[in-house]
Amino acid sequence: MLNPLFYYESVVLALRQIWANKMRSILTALGIIVGVASTTAVIAALTGLKTKVLSEFETFGAARLYVLPSRPEGMPRNLFPWEKIRLKATEAIALKEQCTALKGITPISETSLSVQSEAETLEGVSVTGIWPAWHATENRQVIHGRPFSQQDIDNARQVCMVNDLAVRDLQLPLEPIGEHLIIGGRRFLIVGVVETITERMTGFNTISAEVFIPFSLMEKFQDRDFFMRFVAIANSPAEADEARSEMSRVLRKIRGLSSGDPDTFRVQAIDQFIDQFKSVASGITAVAGGIVGISLLVGGIGIMNIMLVSVSERTREIGLRKAVGATPTAILLQFLLEAVTLCLAGGLVGVLIGQAFAIGVSHIPGANLDQAGVPAWAVLLAFLFSAGVGVVFGMFPAIKASRLDPIEALRHE
Amino acid sequence: MVEPIIQIRGVTKIYHVGVEVINALRGVELTVPEGEMVAIMGASGSGKSTLMNTLGCLDRPTAGTYHLGGREVSNLDAAALAQVRNEEIGFVFQSFELLARLTALQNVELPLLYSRGKSWGWARERRRMAEEALDRVGLSDRMDHRPNQLSGGQKQRVAIARAIVTNPRILMADEPTGNLDSVTTEEILSLFSKIHTAGQTVLMVTHENEVAAHCQRVVRLRDGLVLSDTPSSEDPTVGPFVRAHGRAA
Repeated sequence: MLNPLFYYESVVLALRQIWANKMRSILTALGIIVGVASTTAVIAALTGLKTKVLSEFETFGAARLYVLPSRPEGMPRNLFPWEKIRLKATEAIALKEQCTALKGITPISETSLSVQSEAETLEGVSVTGIWPAWHATENRQVIHGRPFSQQDIDNARQVCMVNDLAVRDLQLPLEPIGEHLIIGGRRFLIVGVVETITERMTGFNTISAEVFIPFSLMEKFQDRDFFMRFVAIANSPAEADEARSEMSRVLRKIRGLSSGDPDTFRVQAIDQFIDQFKSVASGITAVAGGIVGISLLVGGIGIMNIMLVSVSERTREIGLRKAVGATPTAILLQFLLEAVTLCLAGGLVGVLIGQAFAIGVSHIPGANLDQAGVPAWAVLLAFLFSAGVGVVFGMFPAIKASRLDPIEALRHE
Repeated sequence: MVEPIIQIRGVTKIYHVGVEVINALRGVELTVPEGEMVAIMGASGSGKSTLMNTLGCLDRPTAGTYHLGGREVSNLDAAALAQVRNEEIGFVFQSFELLARLTALQNVELPLLYSRGKSWGWARERRRMAEEALDRVGLSDRMDHRPNQLSGGQKQRVAIARAIVTNPRILMADEPTGNLDSVTTEEILSLFSKIHTAGQTVLMVTHENEVAAHCQRVVRLRDGLVLSDTPSSEDPTVGPFVRAHGRAA
């Protein structure tokens, strides 16, 4: 049994050795420093991105559900023509009336039309047909005027809402309620202004002028079998799953599908997107892991090289230590501890640099990395890996030192 | 009869250097009772260094037996030999062999770092023992100096303190004054005499008659065999120095 102080003094000795050869130590540990720093930074950025995205999902997206037409896989095209699988407004009405887990649902259909104000005419403006529930599903509020009412929808009133970019581009007054727009040749009364959301990760960013009209008017501007999707919101994120199966059941019933028939539509919840995101994130983490593996290998070879140099430089010291009673094990441990200490010091510097990077990227505006930070497990892992490299690559030089013959070693010049 | 500290019987040592076979020791017999101070002399190639390494447990004999303090040590493995060196033997080398990065005190503490199962494992106790050893060699005022801040004589005193700090059975010195001037040599030899007088068994390899004259007994080797083994006053070349200095008890 070795004296417990032996370990302590070996570490102190190793630190002194590292300090005495500062430049050499830095160059030696560079592989480890770079490897640990880059991985730490990547993990920090990813963690930040993940936190950000998930919290976005949490705040408004977790209860959101999408309904899309879908041709069953592997089925002949002619069995499922478009008119059979396309969504219809009547289906949205049925879902709205029959699904108790839903807080709201809206069909959505988009097209581009020419829009004309008193001052300006714009071609190809995005025009979207919606129901009042759209504000809840998209989490975009009316900032002036009012949203559509159920009467607007039911009576197909020619009313519209614009976003503030449309207000600017169409040179409307800042509060344009009561103004009229000619949309696709029809005259619409502006009843509300919808907020423009530019900084959001999920969903589509609004970057141009938008006009919204009651969904019931959409058929005036579209082909007969036009494409629409439904977006619904469950009463709470906890009821999202229930809402999904409810919607599925209702739609199957309306479409007269019997139990063996495949779905001719798709109901998707946000958690599937989250899963997708998570698998991308873990893919990146795996790649980062591969990079760190390579750089730790390179770093380890550097460590082995310098430890071999150290053993040969200090052959006389090893001889003396053996003469005064150091066992082969004691010498082995001394050099192993030195390698591990060097690697851990490199790991520490690497983690600090990685942390600095994380703080750096978290201040890049608009990069969505303001949550970037090095998680505790990554720090722990970095140190474990560094120590592992020290043990693996320090072993050969340490064994070499422990096997030196004391007489030969003391004669060494 | 008191058990001798060192008793070797028929010790041989054969080296293979390439295809050449070197018979460094050819059957050495030696008995050293406790408390003696013995000089081992001989021309280079006589086998005195090999004998010293064997007696110091740095090397195992090819054949023969070695009883150190009554215990057979010629067949121990590397780890067990290290423990014997640590507990029973103190070495003093011609070129001091101090570690440059450590202070005098830390150099003296070094053997204690490798000792096991003893109360001197604790830092304070180790420090006290090292201070005491440095005090015995007269260097209490240089404890925190590094080797490069010490003179040759002071370095060798630190080395002697390191050798005696574990209270070994045998103090072994290999040409301990080989790198020192005559005045310092005299100081170091008086120090050895003083330590010997306190009851320490000392073995000293030397080729200088003046140095050997400080010992009670002179063992001369030639071609791997003991040539002569006499009290120093009766050795033909050492004897005159003993008489001139009036040394040796």
